Amino acid sequence: MEGSIGRAFRLKHRKILWLFALLLLSLVLEACGSPSAGNQSSGTCPSVSMLTGAGSTFDFPLFSKMFTEYAKIGCHVQVNYQSVGSGAGKTQFLQQTVDFGASDGPMTDEEMAKSQNGPILHIPVTIGAEAISYNLASVPEAQHVRFTGPLLADIYLGKITYWDDPALKQLNPDLSLPHQAITVVHRSDGSGTTAIFTKYLATVSEAWANQVGAGSTVNWPVGVGGKGNEGVAAAVRTTAGAIGYNELAYVLKNNMQYGMVQNRDGVFTLPSLETAKADAANATNIPADLRFYIVNEPGKDSYPITGYSWALVYQNQRDPARGEALANLLWWMVHDGQRYAPDLAYVPLPDAIVQRDEAQIRKMRCGDQGCYHG
Amino acid sequence: MLLHSSRTGSKWQELQSRLRKAYRLGRRYPGDSFFRGIVLLAGLAVLVIVGGLILVLVSNSWPTISTFGWRFLVNEAFDPIHQSYGVRPAIFGTVVTSTLALALALPLGIGAAIYLAEFCPRQLQVVLTFLVDSLAAIPSVVLGLWGFLTFAPWLQQNGEPWLQQHLGWLPFFQGSPHGLGLLAAICILMVMILPILISLGREVLETVPREQREALLALGATDWEVIRHAVLPAARSGLAGAAMLALGRALGETIAVTLVIGNQAAPPSLSLFQTGYTLPSIIANQFGEATPGLFLSAVLEAGCLLLLITLLTNILARLLITRLTRGIPRT
Repeated sequence: MEGSIGRAFRLKHRKILWLFALLLLSLVLEACGSPSAGNQSSGTCPSVSMLTGAGSTFDFPLFSKMFTEYAKIGCHVQVNYQSVGSGAGKTQFLQQTVDFGASDGPMTDEEMAKSQNGPILHIPVTIGAEAISYNLASVPEAQHVRFTGPLLADIYLGKITYWDDPALKQLNPDLSLPHQAITVVHRSDGSGTTAIFTKYLATVSEAWANQVGAGSTVNWPVGVGGKGNEGVAAAVRTTAGAIGYNELAYVLKNNMQYGMVQNRDGVFTLPSLETAKADAANATNIPADLRFYIVNEPGKDSYPITGYSWALVYQNQRDPARGEALANLLWWMVHDGQRYAPDLAYVPLPDAIVQRDEAQIRKMRCGDQGCYHG
Repeated sequence: MLLHSSRTGSKWQELQSRLRKAYRLGRRYPGDSFFRGIVLLAGLAVLVIVGGLILVLVSNSWPTISTFGWRFLVNEAFDPIHQSYGVRPAIFGTVVTSTLALALALPLGIGAAIYLAEFCPRQLQVVLTFLVDSLAAIPSVVLGLWGFLTFAPWLQQNGEPWLQQHLGWLPFFQGSPHGLGLLAAICILMVMILPILISLGREVLETVPREQREALLALGATDWEVIRHAVLPAARSGLAGAAMLALGRALGETIAVTLVIGNQAAPPSLSLFQTGYTLPSIIANQFGEATPGLFLSAVLEAGCLLLLITLLTNILARLLITRLTRGIPRT
């Protein structure tokens, strides 16, 4: 506490006032009640008022809500997050121009090797599910077209070109599928959404894995490219016979038609917060560094096209104050911050992953001690 | 130098001022050299900016230039997974959409410019000019969104089926209509460059001396003959300049084209219904997710090529204009 005041006196007058105010507030808060797991449990605040992050556009609506709330509590730390895309986020993170990066796909070994500041920690912050959207006037809204993974791969490979293809008819005997050409819609810009979708296709279809592969940008064999989630959604909505993949939130908000996908246990499930969470919770083989995909996990309730989104931080924080503020922020994000997820159609983290996250955050080093003092 | 000497004396000063008035001699004040220095710096800044741009683009795209060489120009795939990059479809798309948009916009734009400059009643001219300028002021993303949300669906349901029904025997209108594709991009680009052509075209036509028209009219020429033989020949260099500016705009247009072109390299064919790709839309689509290494380098090389194509267009435009103006007396 004394150290903090000493530091404060070296700053300008206004900052001294602010710090005193914050200090008093934190003392009051601490006196008022026992802090819950996610609150700032340390009495002092690091002398940092602003953190910066960059990356995933998928995370942006959730982050924006989280950071607005976070600035209102505890140490009133503002977070300036630029949703420039996962790739650009990783680049900025590697150039150390931001405090943390955010990505819908884990960093590759090659990217990790570019680090000039030692080891990088992956911290899962949220989960997204992707719906298969389509535009078929003959299918009532209450009904959902059934797809299997290999079938989706064949559609996106251009092998199945009509909606009344025998393979589709066999899966959907109750639906009247028209003799209409399938217009395949995909993202034209590189995106984490594409990374998860192509990872799924590569997992369930050998042909896809060999011919196209998985990544945030792939060489699509067929289709029409729409820019952004909204680009794909609009192209599907305006094109009769179109099929696309979208983040669940877009599909629900825009009242689009979407399909059921067969999971690893053979059950057809609809995308929802529950089915995505089931998929995440049933994930096996979680590696220690938390760089993993959770597409096509077992369990009868699992929705297979699901994926994590990560915050990226350096294990060794150069500036102890910033490191502490960052650790506090991340701790809050994976605990209390999760309560803002469901309203925005993001899946809250399963408990097992929260525990893993805690361990990751505790690994962050500020000088010779851990950054998180909780 | 003599004038600047510090010699005093009213006679000398009087002589000095008279000399200045008579011969408008340049004054050599310290302020002058200061001012010259400033404008020189401004001039040099252009060089530094362009030079720096080229330097950064080339040095950052060196990994792909050295890895792929000429293959980058002819390779079809833009595939970060298999580390194979090429921009043939994008070069094709850029050139085809821009030139066809110009070809469509040119008769319409010059026609409108002729009407505005030669035949339009004054009051209507004010209104039309205002409208043309407003059209030019629409941000490209707005045009792109209109194209994407309104025009492309119309094209898919009405425009392209109609073309297929009536002109389907042409190779340009074959395949299944998607709405999004080369045709949509060409139409949007045409709308974008039209105001440039009309506005510049009108100004160029108005600089043609009245006497030339009157001379032909006195000989009993028709309106068309006056335009054909007096106005257009005198204005052709200016019109060519306007066309080149419009082409430059079309080549570099990014977001509107990205929204409507479909962003998918289709197998080579003459059909305008197919989806396509352009160099600027590669950058718009991929830059955000391009990871450092070959991928980022490939995106930057696309930017390099775009710069090169624009540069070549400018050089061609200069050559064209000098050719066109040969033998025309300066007005």
